[in-house]
Amino acid sequence: MSEAVSALKNAVYIAGIAEISEMGAVGMITLRGDLAAKPLQKAAVAAAGVNVPDQRQCLTEGTGGMAWMSPDELLIMCAYDDANAKLADLRDKLAGTHALAVNVSDARAVFEVRGPKAREVMAKLAPVDLAPASFTPGMFRRTRIAQVPAAFWMPQEGVFRVVCFRSVAQYVFDVLCVAAQPGSEVGVF
Amino acid sequence: MSTRLATGGRLVNKSRAVKFRFNGKHMDGFEGDTLASALLANDQMLVGRSFKYHRPRGIVAAGPEEPNGLVNLGEDGTFEPNARVTTTELFDGLTAQSQNHWPSLEFDVGAINKYLSRFLPAGFYYKMFIHPRPLWKHVYEPIIRHSAGLGRAPKSRDVDTYEHFYSFCDVLVVGGGVAGLEAARTAALSGARVMLMEQTAHWGGRTPVDGGDIDGKPAQDWIDATVAELSVMENVTLRTRTMAAGVYDHGYVLGYEQLTDHAPEMAGPRHRLWRVRAGHIITATGAIERPLSFAGNDIPGVMLAAAVRDYAVNFGVSVGDRTVVVTNNDDAYLTAFALKHAGLDVPAILDARVLPQDSAVMTQAKALGIRVLMGHAVSSVQGVKRVTGVSVCSQAGEGAVLEEINCDAVAMSGGWSPVVHLWSHCGGKLKWDTANACFSPDPDRGPLGADGAQFVTTAGAATGMFQLDDALNDAFAAADGTLRCLGLKLPKGAKASKAEHRDEAPMAPVWLMPQGAAVKLREKAWLDYQNDVKVSDVRLAAQEGFVSVEHAKRYTTLGMATDQGKLSNINGLATLAGALGEEIPAVGTTTFRPPYHPISMASIGGEARDAAFQPIRRTPMYDWHNANGAEWEPVGQWRRPYAYKRGDENTHDAVMREVTNTREKLGLLDASTLGKLIVKGPDAGAFLDLMYTNMMSTLKPGKCRYGLMCNDNGFLIDDGVVARIDEDTWLCHTTTGGAERIHAHMEEWLQTEWWDMKVYVANVTEQYAQIAVVGPNARKALEKLGGMDVSKETLGFMDWADGVIGGFNVRVYRISFSGELSYEIAVDASHGQAFWDALMAVGADLGVMPYGTECLHILRAEKGFIMIGDESDGTVIPQDLNLHWALSKKKEDYLGKRAHLRSHMADPNRWKLVGLETTDGSTLPDGAYAVAEGKNENGQRNMIGRVTSTYHSPTLGKGIAMGLVHNGPDRMGEVLEFPGTDGKTYSARIVDPVFYDKEGEKQNV
Repeated sequence: MSEAVSALKNAVYIAGIAEISEMGAVGMITLRGDLAAKPLQKAAVAAAGVNVPDQRQCLTEGTGGMAWMSPDELLIMCAYDDANAKLADLRDKLAGTHALAVNVSDARAVFEVRGPKAREVMAKLAPVDLAPASFTPGMFRRTRIAQVPAAFWMPQEGVFRVVCFRSVAQYVFDVLCVAAQPGSEVGVF
Repeated sequence: MSTRLATGGRLVNKSRAVKFRFNGKHMDGFEGDTLASALLANDQMLVGRSFKYHRPRGIVAAGPEEPNGLVNLGEDGTFEPNARVTTTELFDGLTAQSQNHWPSLEFDVGAINKYLSRFLPAGFYYKMFIHPRPLWKHVYEPIIRHSAGLGRAPKSRDVDTYEHFYSFCDVLVVGGGVAGLEAARTAALSGARVMLMEQTAHWGGRTPVDGGDIDGKPAQDWIDATVAELSVMENVTLRTRTMAAGVYDHGYVLGYEQLTDHAPEMAGPRHRLWRVRAGHIITATGAIERPLSFAGNDIPGVMLAAAVRDYAVNFGVSVGDRTVVVTNNDDAYLTAFALKHAGLDVPAILDARVLPQDSAVMTQAKALGIRVLMGHAVSSVQGVKRVTGVSVCSQAGEGAVLEEINCDAVAMSGGWSPVVHLWSHCGGKLKWDTANACFSPDPDRGPLGADGAQFVTTAGAATGMFQLDDALNDAFAAADGTLRCLGLKLPKGAKASKAEHRDEAPMAPVWLMPQGAAVKLREKAWLDYQNDVKVSDVRLAAQEGFVSVEHAKRYTTLGMATDQGKLSNINGLATLAGALGEEIPAVGTTTFRPPYHPISMASIGGEARDAAFQPIRRTPMYDWHNANGAEWEPVGQWRRPYAYKRGDENTHDAVMREVTNTREKLGLLDASTLGKLIVKGPDAGAFLDLMYTNMMSTLKPGKCRYGLMCNDNGFLIDDGVVARIDEDTWLCHTTTGGAERIHAHMEEWLQTEWWDMKVYVANVTEQYAQIAVVGPNARKALEKLGGMDVSKETLGFMDWADGVIGGFNVRVYRISFSGELSYEIAVDASHGQAFWDALMAVGADLGVMPYGTECLHILRAEKGFIMIGDESDGTVIPQDLNLHWALSKKKEDYLGKRAHLRSHMADPNRWKLVGLETTDGSTLPDGAYAVAEGKNENGQRNMIGRVTSTYHSPTLGKGIAMGLVHNGPDRMGEVLEFPGTDGKTYSARIVDPVFYDKEGEKQNV
C-alpha cells in the first residue's frame, strides 16, 4: 500500500495573526447508535481511549479522542493507521446491536489554528460565540467555516482543531489564511 | 467665503498637514479633517450637481445625512463612487472627483434643465415617456441614462480585502454620544456583556460642541472619564468607526466597521462586517436636524445650523464671514454663539416664532450684539453658486421683502428629528411628538422578538429627549429596563449621571417659509436636494391624487436618493399632509429599511472573493488532472475534468479521441464525486424498498443493482447503483450532485416519518477515491497489477468484491455506465492518487488514457443510458423514460408510487424517451424542440417533443440524440423537424435509444 496522503500535504501558513496548518492524515470513525446503551459506550471508550463526551463536548488524550456529533452520533479519533483495526474491533463488540461504524479518516481534513489570535480568526468564519468565557477547551461545535460545514474544538487555550470534508480542504485553508491575514487583529478577546 | 479659522478645531491636529486632490486640484487639510471640512477650509463650496436640474450643490450637513456631498473617491483599484464627504475622513494622498456634471463642475450643460424646470414637474418621467411605448427602451432611456446618474461604476478590481466577524453580547448599544455612553456604562455595571458601536472616530456625539456640564464637570471630561472606565472593563467592547447598519429579527445586528478608510496604508482588511447577536439593543442614535423650506435653500452656503457650528468648533472652519441664522427653535442660537465666539459676524437671526417674551437664548444673543428678528423668515436666498445674501420677510406673510441682508452663509434649523431607523427596522412604531414637531419612537409599540418581548429600546435624543439631562436620565432608564428584560440587575446605588436643565422656549413647526409662500417661491423651496424634489412637486402629487405617503414618495422620488431622505422625509410628509389637509400623524411615514447608511458591497461579500469566492470541491486526483490538460466542468461544487486536451488539440477532438480509445483500448475515469451512502440496520432493506422504486431488499450480498429514486410527487430525483455489503448493510451510489441532497432526503424520511425504523445512514462519499477502469483492456490492466481474481467467473457483471490490487486495498464493482468491460474501483482517498498512478503506469502499453465527463456522456448515450439532469428535469417520471421495468409491482409502496397513479402521470399523452438520429449525420442542437403543424392558443408553434441529450458519436460516425417525444415509442422511423436557433431546421428520425451493442455483450465479457 502507498503512503497515505492528506488533502493538503501538511500545508502551513505562518505569516498571519495565527498559524494555520493542515494536520495530515488523522484516524476518524463515525459511530451512530444509542449513546445511552452501555455496550456502545464501552466499545466507544475502548476505541477512543477517553470517556463518552457530553453534548457539544470533545475529549482527547494523545492521538485518541471522541466528540459528540449529535444525539445518536460520536466521532472517534485515533492515529490514522489504527483506524481499521479499531473499526474491526468496534464492529465485533457491537455485533448484534443496532449501530453503524464507518471509517471516515480519508473523508476529512484536519487543520490547526494556533496562537493568541486564534479565537478571532475562527470568529471571522464561524457563527459561534468564541468569547473565552463562552467557548472553552473541551467544547465542540458542529457549524460552518464560511460556506462549508465544519466542526471544531479547542484541545487547549489558543489552539483550535478544525475538521472539514476533504474535498474542500483547499477552500478551508484559503479562508483561514484570509481570516488570519496580517493586520487583521480584531482585539476583542 | 469658507476658510480655516486661526483658532478652534478640537478634532484636527494642526501640526500635521494632509495633502489631497479634488477634481485634480491640490488642496491642504489637517489630520482629523473630514473631506467635507477640508473642502470647506479650501473654499470649495460647490461640491456637486443635483440629479435632475444639475443645480449647483454645496455641503449641507456634517454627518451621514448629507445629501449633496457625494464624490468619486480614489482611483483604479481603490475607486469608490458616491462617497459622502461628511463621513469620509481625510488622509494624505486622497483624490476625489465631483459627480453628476458635464463637462465640468463649474460649467455644466445639464444645468439648462433648471430653466426647463416648469416642464419637469413631479412624475415628469411617467407622464412624458410613456408613449409611444417602444421609444422608452430605444430612445428615452439611453439618453436619460447618459445624462442622469451619480457616481461612476468602478472598472478595476478592488485591491482591498474584507471580512466578517461574529459577535455576541447581552446588550448592544448603538451610538457613542453621551446617551450611548451612559447606557453602556449603566448596562456594564451589571456585569452584562456590552458592546458599544460609534459610527464616527470620536466618542461623545455632539455634546462637546453644544456644551453643558455632566456630573459637575465639562461634558468632554465626563466623556473621557466614561470611555476610560468602559475601556478597562472586561465585559465591554468599544468600537469606533463602526456603524450599526440594520436591526433584524432575533436580535441580529449588522455593524459596519471602516478599518483603513482613514489610513489606507494600514495593513489588514478595509471593512469588517460585524454580525452581532444581541440579547437586547439600545439605540442611542441621536437626532438629525431638519432643513427649512424656503426659496433658494439649496444654494451652496445654506447649511444646517448645527453643521455650521460643527465645522467651526470641531474643525476650525468657517462656512462664511457673515452668517444669517434662520430658525424656529432655540437650538440654532448655539450656532450664532459659536460663530460669534470664533470672531465671525452674525448679521441677524431670523426666528420664525413669535414669543410673548424673549427666550433665554434671545436675551443672550442680543447681549452679544446680534439682531434677533422675531416672526421673520427668509423670502429667498440670493446667489447662484454660493450665497450672496438673503431677502427677509415676515413668516406670516407671502414673502414680501422687508429687507436685504448681505451674507455668504445661511444656517438654518427647522428642529430635530430622532434617528428612528434602527428602532423601526424590525417593526418599532412611531408617535407624533407635538412639542418637538417630530416622529419619535412609541415605547408602547416597540419591535418584538420571538418571545413576544421588546428587544430594542431607544435612549437619549433617539427617544426624543433633546435636553442633556433628559437624555442622560433616559439612557440610564433604558439600560435599567434592558437589564430587567435580561433578568440582570444594577448594583445597589447605581445612579444616572446628572446634568443641568436648560431653560428653553418651545419650538414652532414651520413647514414652509414664509407660510403663505406663492408658487414662485415654492418652486425654489427644496425638500430633497439630491433628487430635486421641491415643495411644489409634493403639492402637485397631492393634487393629482397621490394621497398615500408611499405613493407620493415614489411619484416624486422624494427620499429615494442615496441619503434615503434623512433630511427630506419629515418636511416632505408635512408638506403632503398640508396639501391634503390632514394631520401629519394621519399621513404617517414611509418605511425605514436597512442599511441606515450605505455600506460597501464588498463588506457583505467578506472573505468570499478570488480563490475563496466559492468552495470548489476537489477529488484526490485534482492536481493530476490539472497538470494533465484537464478542461474543467463544474458539477455542483465539484470540478470534474470535461476532457483532457493533448498538445494543440481542441476540446472536441480530445473528447472524440477519449471515446474511441475507451471503446477500443482502455480509459480511466475519476468517478470519486459519485455519492456513496452507507445504509445500515435491521430495517435497512425495508427502508430502501421505500426509497427506491425497485426492490433492494432482495439483493444478495456481493451483488449490485441499478436503482431509481422518485420524490413523493413521483418525479425522478436520482439514480445509481446499490451494492449490498452484508446482511444489514447497503451502499447506495448517487449522482455527483445528489450525495448531500439524497443523504438529507433519507434522513428526513427517517427522522420525520419512519422514525421507528432501525436504520442509520452515513455519507462516505469522500472516504473513497473511485476510479472507473473501462475498455476491452480493463481486465488485463488489473491482472497485470495483480492481486484479487477479477475474472468473469469470479467477479461477474453486477458483482462486487473486496480485495487487493497492486498492493492497494480496494473494493471493486463490476458495473458499467459505458457498455464496455468496466470495473469501478474504490480505494481510500489518501491512496487515490497513488492508485491512479499505478493504473496509468500499468496501462501504458495497453493504451490507457484518462477520459472526462463529456466522453462519459457520449459512451452512455451510445448505450441509451439516461442521465439525471439531462433526461430528467424535475418534471419527468420513470415511465417517461421507459423505465417501467424498474418500478416494482411486488412492493406495496414506495415513494412516488401513489403519485404515479394520478391522472396526469398516467396520461398516455406524456412525452416519452426515444433515440433520435439526424437524417444527414449532423448533430442536433441541445434543447431543440420538435415542431408540428399549426399554432397553439398563444400563437406559438405547436411542439411535440424536445432533445434531452445530443452528441456526435465517433463510434457510429454520426450525430445521436435522445429526446422526449409525444407518442414517441409508437412513431419509430418517423422523421421530425427541429428548428435550431441558428436558422437551420434539422431533421431527425425516431429510433431505439440504444445505438450501440444492443445485446450488452461487450460489458459482459
